[in-house]
Amino acid sequence: MTENGAALVQVRNLHKVFKRGAERIDVLQGVDLDLQSGEFLSLMGPSGSGKTTLLNLLGGLDTPSDGTVTVGGDRIDKLSAARLSRWRARHIGFVFQLYNLLPVLTAERNVELPLLLTPLSRSQRKKHVATALAMVGLSGRSKHYPRQLSGGQEQRVGIARAIVTDPTLLLCDEPTGDLDRKSGDEILDLLQALNAEHGKTIIMVTHDARAAARSTRTLHLDKGTLATEGHDR
Amino acid sequence: MKFFPLIWTSLFRRKVRTLFTILSIVVAFVLFNYLSAVRVAFSMGVDVAGSDRLTLIHKVSFIQLLPASYKERILAVEGVDAVTHATWFGGVYQDPRNFFPQFAVDPEGYLDLYPEFLLSSEAKDRWLGNRTGAVVGRSLADRFGWEVGDRIPLQGTIWRTRSGDTWEFTIDGIYEGAEQGTDTTQFLFHNAYLDEANALGRGMVGWYLIRVSHPDQAVAISTAIDERFANSPFETKTSTEQAFVQAFASQIGDIGAMMTAILTAVLFTILLVSANTMGQSVRERTSELAVLKTLGFTNPRVLSLVLVESLLVAVVGGGIGLGLSWLLISQGDPTGGLLPAFFVPPRDLVIAVGLIFFLGIASGILPGIQAVRLQIVDALRRS
Repeated sequence: MTENGAALVQVRNLHKVFKRGAERIDVLQGVDLDLQSGEFLSLMGPSGSGKTTLLNLLGGLDTPSDGTVTVGGDRIDKLSAARLSRWRARHIGFVFQLYNLLPVLTAERNVELPLLLTPLSRSQRKKHVATALAMVGLSGRSKHYPRQLSGGQEQRVGIARAIVTDPTLLLCDEPTGDLDRKSGDEILDLLQALNAEHGKTIIMVTHDARAAARSTRTLHLDKGTLATEGHDR
Repeated sequence: MKFFPLIWTSLFRRKVRTLFTILSIVVAFVLFNYLSAVRVAFSMGVDVAGSDRLTLIHKVSFIQLLPASYKERILAVEGVDAVTHATWFGGVYQDPRNFFPQFAVDPEGYLDLYPEFLLSSEAKDRWLGNRTGAVVGRSLADRFGWEVGDRIPLQGTIWRTRSGDTWEFTIDGIYEGAEQGTDTTQFLFHNAYLDEANALGRGMVGWYLIRVSHPDQAVAISTAIDERFANSPFETKTSTEQAFVQAFASQIGDIGAMMTAILTAVLFTILLVSANTMGQSVRERTSELAVLKTLGFTNPRVLSLVLVESLLVAVVGGGIGLGLSWLLISQGDPTGGLLPAFFVPPRDLVIAVGLIFFLGIASGILPGIQAVRLQIVDALRRS
């Protein structure tokens, strides 16, 4: 909950329509969602159900066709592109399925990227980067390039990059989708620890029921609507 | 500054491609400066020619001689301040390839009309007192390693002595140029020596050099002088020194226009090469740019990252190019005397720097706009 008692994330009557030529695709059809601060929510559903679209709308990467999205009291569906960029930099940490690290930068430089948008000094940035890498257990790999890391390690760097600014919300799009089981479990352990020990609010899109079981709540999306409420841990 | 490592590493993600692009820009700007120097050299000092000086030649041709007696008659024209003359000697020093201009002049009058030829008073006194003496420009002296006191034999190709075709001179002084474009390749000697010793006859000179009191009356004075000699056996054609030099240079074509055409083609090609490199670089980084935008990089910031990157390529390439060309041009006239004023004027250097920045911005602007228009969701979906 936010300071005034409202949910951290409030989604009301959210619609997203894509047009492909004359074809109209209603990806999201009136989604309502409340997420409290400190929750770890899994979004499950078949391919094309609108999971990633919902995640993109919650992260301000896309704008809704209709409805409202409020995160931490900010109506992000009303923000201009420039303000939305600045809002993302302050409030959102993204974790991608394919890690999306910049191959020409070392692990620490990748993690430092979001901090370049802050007024922090170089030494302060270094300190934050070291802390984030330590949290994901990669202090010894800071000078390595992505090509020198395993998939699991790359994803850890991706998570370190997502948390280095201490964002309000962590959005993870299939974070274990490209990993083997062992590495996937380690990533899930890490996300779980970030939620349980550091109070991070996390929304994770996943196909994997085992991954979803690690979250505190699971929602199922089907054909653009929230179908069922899953378990509450 | 904190974004510099990001820009620098992006620049060298494809090292070979970036290096070749930089190399092409280096070549373009070496060419730019070098051809600028050639253009200046072919204009033969038009920019530095005196605006208060007129050149009087035979109306038929530059190579026709004029009577030495014209001097007093020219001086009598209203508005004429001083008159001197010069005659082309055209001798050979050791080898016909060792070309340099040699003029038989009236020493005092010539030095008076060309104050940009800086000669010490000792050297001037020595020269005035030595009928077979000569003064040479600094570039010419350096070219052949001549020093004051050296005896210089020249084989006459036009003028012969009564005893043969070898003329002996003693170097009495070496003059410096007051300006960068001053011609310091000349070999000047007494017209009196030529007049007395040549086997062809006396009392003739090549052309006259006239200083006028008021440059704005140059045209009227030129007309008055030419009218004075009209219908004589030696009719004259008088023009300002700048017009004369310009006309002389244009005999071998409009070098300036040719150089401009070549440079425009070269720079336009480089612009395409550079823009293509930046375009490819941005296209290859679609997903990375989308990630940067996801992290909160605004569109103006993404645009500036791309522009700074392309500017960096242009500045590095252009900077190296200008540096290299400076090294080449500072070696002096590559023809060994045919292009005495071989340098890049400051105006062309300023243009070169402007072109570097234009190239950087122009080659980065379209890829930058492409990056700005990138839709995060679409780009991430494609990655």
